[in-house]
Amino acid sequence: MSAIESVESFRERARVWLADNMPLRTTPYTGTFGGGGTDEEELAEVQKNRDLQRKLFDGGFAGICFPVEYGGLGLTPAHADAFNEEITPYEFPEKIQVPTFAPCASVLLEFGTEEQKREHIPAILKGEEIWMQFLSEPSGGSDVAGAQTTAVRDGDEWVLSGSKIWTTGAWWSDWGLCLARTNWDVPKHRGLTVFILQIHQPGIEVNRIEMLNGSKEFCQEYIDEVRIPDSDRIGAVDDGWTVGTRWMFYEKSYAISPLTTRPAAKSGSAVSGKNSLVERAKTLEKLDNAHVRDLIGESIALESAYRSLSRRVSEGIRGGAMSEHAAALTRVLAADAQIRTTSIEFEISGSSAVAWTEDDVSSETIGNGFLMRQATAIGGGTTEMSRNVISERILGMPRELTHDKNLPFRDVPRGPSSK
Amino acid sequence: MELHLTDDQEMLAGTTRKFLEERASVGELRARRHDAAGFTFPDWTQGAELGWTSLLVSEEDGGGSISDRPLADLGLLAFEFGRSAAPGPLVDCNILAMALSRRGTAEQKATYLEPLMAGEQVGSWCYEEPAPNDALGVVTTFARQEGEGFVLSGVKYPVESAAEASMFLVVAQTDAGLTQFLLPRDRTGIELESGGGVDLTRRFSKVVFSDVHVRSDEVLGTLGDADADVHRQLLFATSLEMCSMLGAMQTAFDITVEWSFDRYSFGRPLASYQALKHRFADMKIWLEASHALVDDAIEGLQTDSPKAELQVSAAKAFLSSQGPELAQDCVQMHGGIGVTFEHDLHLFLRRIVLGSQLHGTVSDHRENLVALTAAGEVVA
Repeated sequence: MSAIESVESFRERARVWLADNMPLRTTPYTGTFGGGGTDEEELAEVQKNRDLQRKLFDGGFAGICFPVEYGGLGLTPAHADAFNEEITPYEFPEKIQVPTFAPCASVLLEFGTEEQKREHIPAILKGEEIWMQFLSEPSGGSDVAGAQTTAVRDGDEWVLSGSKIWTTGAWWSDWGLCLARTNWDVPKHRGLTVFILQIHQPGIEVNRIEMLNGSKEFCQEYIDEVRIPDSDRIGAVDDGWTVGTRWMFYEKSYAISPLTTRPAAKSGSAVSGKNSLVERAKTLEKLDNAHVRDLIGESIALESAYRSLSRRVSEGIRGGAMSEHAAALTRVLAADAQIRTTSIEFEISGSSAVAWTEDDVSSETIGNGFLMRQATAIGGGTTEMSRNVISERILGMPRELTHDKNLPFRDVPRGPSSK
Repeated sequence: MELHLTDDQEMLAGTTRKFLEERASVGELRARRHDAAGFTFPDWTQGAELGWTSLLVSEEDGGGSISDRPLADLGLLAFEFGRSAAPGPLVDCNILAMALSRRGTAEQKATYLEPLMAGEQVGSWCYEEPAPNDALGVVTTFARQEGEGFVLSGVKYPVESAAEASMFLVVAQTDAGLTQFLLPRDRTGIELESGGGVDLTRRFSKVVFSDVHVRSDEVLGTLGDADADVHRQLLFATSLEMCSMLGAMQTAFDITVEWSFDRYSFGRPLASYQALKHRFADMKIWLEASHALVDDAIEGLQTDSPKAELQVSAAKAFLSSQGPELAQDCVQMHGGIGVTFEHDLHLFLRRIVLGSQLHGTVSDHRENLVALTAAGEVVA
């Protein structure tokens, strides 16, 4: 095999290819489906993301850090960083990065069997498979290891029953990575197993959840005696927590993962380097107001702090100076910075953010955005959980007391609502 | 500061750390509470041998650093100063040394740079001015042309170690534009007003220039052409002050984490209470983000990045806001002992709070961020 292409040569090739092949971005980077439009619009957006992924694959730029044998390029994180910098002004399949590439494909790569990787990784890199996390359950959000969805062995098959929740866009996705309980007679962390399953099959009912701002981006699934082959199991039976902890690491560190593509200049400084708050203040003719400027400056400093911290944590984890738990630092600051920016945007907008005229789409977005402000500190594990991780795993402070540690899972106290 | 230091950087920082542990121990700092200078010349001269005054000076002038990133190297020393809350005009002496090395005539270098680098003399940068002229970059001090020379009038504040300084680098307006003058501190017409301050050992004065006569060969660099140099010096000084804040933040945090394990209430260590653990988590985030911001600002300056000023202001806006918050939270975690003179924590609280207001407040830097962003700079 020939020597690896240099980062600069790769960057140069990417620059030329992107300019020739990818459309310039016209909307700010969000990385998620806002769920604001009609279903037709959302499906069109999904298709567009699949097509963009296929385009990257055909152009030879998909899966930069994925192994060659699964359709990737087998290059280094430095190549991925260079590509992220080059792709910033362009469109790319930004809305299927999470959770398809991180955590799902990342988990597959680390724990999947050879057959599983050969079947799914190339399909993911071609945009043919979009994955979702079947992780959270209605009975408990942050207590992921308390999963009650159950898999019972039946010969070479498993029979799955239960319910999963907060799967973004499960109604248009293809595959799910699923954490299930395979043993109720041991403490909770020791009776879990991870499976993969097709989302659209008999026995799985996908219901869409309407969020308070009217969006229907999230789903809940009811799983009723769905049979899956044992070859769709990831990791050992009852050892799902080993997979699960890595899974959650990949989820929390998507923004520094070499397996995801993302612009090197993140949100806040949106299209062509314009700051959305500065633009908003200009529109409202308030940019000369000292108080408004102070608030905007606060937001810029916070976004900068988030970017610098991401860089530091990413380098720290890669170089071994920090443990993987350091991703929790970035996770909390990302939420804190975004919450503050959302509040500042809301304050600057005054009454227009709570009562808008029909043609004033940006005020509507800001008003509804403020109502949904906390979502960033909840999704993907609450910031309270991350603060536990920082204090306990990084600073070494005593763990929180739990009442389920050494009890067989079936004897763990449960609230009346989740019996 | 950076996660990975080279062996040379470890050596540079480690030598100063050991020196300061001995010469700037908390007992020593307390003993100098009412000392007029705050630092001693034997210490400063010996410190100069450890590289305190030469890193930003070119090799031709007898300086030089241990890597091709001298500001980062000096930042390590400033961090150590902050970590021990050590005294001494580290920032000003280095700003003067850099300015002299870059712009000084042979005669100016012989007169001023040599004793400055040897640590035999110290100097002060007379740049910022008192309210209402205390916004970033405002200079009203004026040097009027008179014959071959100038007559300088104005007020500079706060000026560090002015009473101990042998030389002043003064930024003033002239008919030709912004200019820097280098003159001896004992020149007729210069008055110092000393007072108090929050830091236990760093001293600041108001310096009043009343019709001070300055010769034309006391201009540093080109008459009327100091804008870029002054701007660069300000960004360097701000970054170094931030390194010092960061060192003090690190110590305050470390002391407080240790305390949280040692101190028991209701039969449990403080570190076991979730309400407090979450506050420690926030402090840790602010501390790590501060490290990251300062590193990025220094890297930007070191590489002459067009984003450097933006990065410096982002860092200063964040540190000036979250540095004092961290320090005050550390006080809160200590309870009553945290607001006593007996406990060491206030030494670091002082250093952090001092830095937060020097070279632009939170608001000053937020304003600058908006000005730069609105003017089309990209935050990235």
